[in-house]
Amino acid sequence: MSQKIGVVVFPGSNCEMDAMEAFSDLGASPRLLWHADRDIGGVDAVVIPGGFAHGDYLRPGAIARFSPAMEAIIDFAHNGGPVLGICNGFQVLTEAGLLPGALQKNAGLKFLCKEVELRVETTNSVLTNMAYEGQTLRIPINHFEGNFTCTDETLTKLQSNGQIILTYTENPNGSIANIAAICNAQRNVVGLMPHPERACHALLGSTDGRTLLESFIQGAHANV
Amino acid sequence: MADPLHRSLGLTDEELSKIIEILEREPNHLELAMYSVMWSEHCSYKSSRIHLKRLPTQGENVLVGPGENAGVIDVGDGIAIALRIESHNHPSYIEPYQGAATGVGGIIRDIFTMGARPIAIMDPLRFGPLEDARSRWVAEGVVSGISGYGNSVGVPNIGGEIVFDQTYLGNPLVNVLCVGIMPKERLVLGQASGVGNLAVLLGSTTGRDGIGGVSVLASAGFGNEEEDAEKRPSVQVGDPFEEKRLIEGCLELLNEGLVVGIQDLGGAGLACAASETASRGGVGMDFNVSAVPQRESGMQPFEIMTSESQERMLAIVTPENLEQVFSICSKWEIRSSVVGKVTPSGSLRIVSDFDGEVLGEVPASSLHEDAPLYQRPIREPDDMDDATADEATKLPKPERIEDDLLDLLTSPSWATSQYDSQLFLNTVVGPGSDAAVLRLKHPTSGVDTGRGLALTTDGNHRWCAVNPRIGTVMTVAESVLNLACVGAVPQALVNCLNFGNPENPIVMWQLSEAVDGMAESCNAFELPVIGGNVSLYNESQGTNIDPTPIVGVIGLIKELVAAPPGLSWNDGDRIILLGPEASGLCGSAWAFQKGHRRGSLEMVDFELHQRLCALTRSLVTERLVTGLHDISTGGLGVCAAEMAIDSDIGCTLARIPDHISFFSESSSRVLIAVNAERIPEVEDLADQYDVPYARMGLAHGDMFTVKDLLSIPVSDLQQKWNNRLADALDGGTAQE
Repeated sequence: MSQKIGVVVFPGSNCEMDAMEAFSDLGASPRLLWHADRDIGGVDAVVIPGGFAHGDYLRPGAIARFSPAMEAIIDFAHNGGPVLGICNGFQVLTEAGLLPGALQKNAGLKFLCKEVELRVETTNSVLTNMAYEGQTLRIPINHFEGNFTCTDETLTKLQSNGQIILTYTENPNGSIANIAAICNAQRNVVGLMPHPERACHALLGSTDGRTLLESFIQGAHANV
Repeated sequence: MADPLHRSLGLTDEELSKIIEILEREPNHLELAMYSVMWSEHCSYKSSRIHLKRLPTQGENVLVGPGENAGVIDVGDGIAIALRIESHNHPSYIEPYQGAATGVGGIIRDIFTMGARPIAIMDPLRFGPLEDARSRWVAEGVVSGISGYGNSVGVPNIGGEIVFDQTYLGNPLVNVLCVGIMPKERLVLGQASGVGNLAVLLGSTTGRDGIGGVSVLASAGFGNEEEDAEKRPSVQVGDPFEEKRLIEGCLELLNEGLVVGIQDLGGAGLACAASETASRGGVGMDFNVSAVPQRESGMQPFEIMTSESQERMLAIVTPENLEQVFSICSKWEIRSSVVGKVTPSGSLRIVSDFDGEVLGEVPASSLHEDAPLYQRPIREPDDMDDATADEATKLPKPERIEDDLLDLLTSPSWATSQYDSQLFLNTVVGPGSDAAVLRLKHPTSGVDTGRGLALTTDGNHRWCAVNPRIGTVMTVAESVLNLACVGAVPQALVNCLNFGNPENPIVMWQLSEAVDGMAESCNAFELPVIGGNVSLYNESQGTNIDPTPIVGVIGLIKELVAAPPGLSWNDGDRIILLGPEASGLCGSAWAFQKGHRRGSLEMVDFELHQRLCALTRSLVTERLVTGLHDISTGGLGVCAAEMAIDSDIGCTLARIPDHISFFSESSSRVLIAVNAERIPEVEDLADQYDVPYARMGLAHGDMFTVKDLLSIPVSDLQQKWNNRLADALDGGTAQE
């Protein structure tokens, strides 16, 4: 029985079909969840995809966190359910308080679409359990507000708990401590700025994203 | 004394007489305002229509040709592809960010109006020189407008061109192409039918922005700065989030079969959408201005009818389906209001309420079908004979050819890295290659067909300034060759004809010649023209831009099993030139750099070109080449340099005796890199296709060397290539 992965759609989301395609190619059973529905339909894991939920108006993720589906997702996460936020999804998770820190404008004050190299810092998360520590992955980034920031106190906590799960080998956006992805203290909620779903097909240039998405499917399995 | 109203709206005295003839009375202000926008150059093509008829528009694969919101072709497997190109030149000079952003918004609406999901955008851009502060401001604003709107609305931007030249100093070109995909059966046309059906306005509120955009802005040139600044309110303001919801909502309405017809609101706003849908359906419409949701109070009916507020659509719906339409719109948070009723009369009646006062009444079809058609005077420049005889080969040879080469190297990545080029998981080749390549997936099942779509946009003002007819032929030939370089067979062409003031007979001659060149080459390549846009009055302070016809060509790749080779070569590869020897320097980037803008161009040999394209496709499909690049702007020199830059490997070339063969841009040539072991196969194939070839040298080391001509480190080339735009446009502060 393959994992039921719910992909949340807000007005303004635009990577939902890409996430559907990538997870389905990897053998999972993804389905779309509408942001206005309180019921997330008994899924094994939740993905908040990239895009511009509610136009990113006010602040990326600032409005999306009030959607009815988010209440259910917060409960789901608190009960240990695997939740993955990609790009705009990462921004939503920080706004919703499921992940610490915030994402501000890139240091270059420009949108950036390019492939970057990531380093796996820990395999102890739902996103990296099938990778190995120190592994490098080539995955594209595609964002204007991907510059992760947090207080010194939070950073120390992230570091000492091993919550920094992926870092950039060459920092493209000014993120503090080269952070590309973090997880929560329980390690079931993860957010990353790069787009692993865009790196799952040889024709698209890289298949390194599969390691991360397969890990997440594995995490969903463990949750069942 | 103040100008009479019709003139201040941009109508001539003769045009007013014609309106009086149609109405059999004097028009009122509202009616006059509607005629002025619909009969503007931008909407009516009154100066160009007579010439455009010469373009070939037929083809077995053509489902919809010119005249609709977008051209549509059948690509097999039950899939149809919609394609359109537009200009947003004038607004982008006045207000670069919003001008470019709303250009993207407008072209996307044209595509989903046909029932297609927009899957990619390309932007051919032309700006004044980098040394000019205003041109830099325009370029930065345009690129951020495209980035800001395009990324947010969620349509990937997969390429285009960015060119800086003196000719665009007071008048940049911001063209935008969009391609969409749909199941063949979802194709819809923008027409109203069925008396009693309702016109439902979807999307944004209507405000005072963009009133007269097509007539005041797009159909006149630029004068002094003060006057130009006054035109700023004629530029519309875009909201990509509204547009994104419109895309999803409208596609859902079409999927559910809930609309009879649908039309986007672009130039000329409601006046255009209401009259076009009614007239195409052979019906009339009562249009209730009071029912239009307004952004501000006190708007006059003429303002409501001609406003170009963005992100609006007009759907024709049967009364039975209305509730369901409202419900889908409410899911997507799209405002929807019944604003019109289809009538049998043939008239577009503007009413203050459905049973209220009639504010204006005109035959719906008269707004576009009766628009004036001008055969404007045409004159060849007087000095053509002298100009033609003035060969650029007579220019002194460069003192340091390395410097001239460096001056011609510019990577577009400063702009393209600001665009999402990968969304939808289709992009196999993104910006910066000869042509972009997308996977072709079925639009509803998502099943990969194993085939590919290839897209290229091309334009060359230098060739067209020297000879608009041959320059246009060379442009189309280059597009076809670009597609061959990724293994694609061309299917259809759209064009954006950017020219100066049509009241200048020489400009009209350029336009007419360019259309002839396009017709000639499209006929030769059996390439149907499925749509186009004409942008005239590209002039500033009395100076017209160089003629700049831009083409977008779409091709199909039969089997997309791996990414095409691209530009890079491997260490040890042999470098071979396919095609005839170079001839002439006229119209080349090098000659223009030296201020030489005249001379003659050699006509493309269509048969040879076709054979070269077929050979190139074979080499790519059979994977006999490591890398390849067509020879175009900057000639063989820039072509080889770009390959070296991309590979980070140098080369030693021979058989390039002088700057003429180094910088010549003569047509029908491709540079290929071949593993030494594959040379016999490649040369056999070239013989089979009867294409001349020459062994030019070897890829190796870290120097870019041409025997007896120049030698320069590849890293110097890379430095210039990578940094030119970032240094100029970010004040040298760009990262990387």
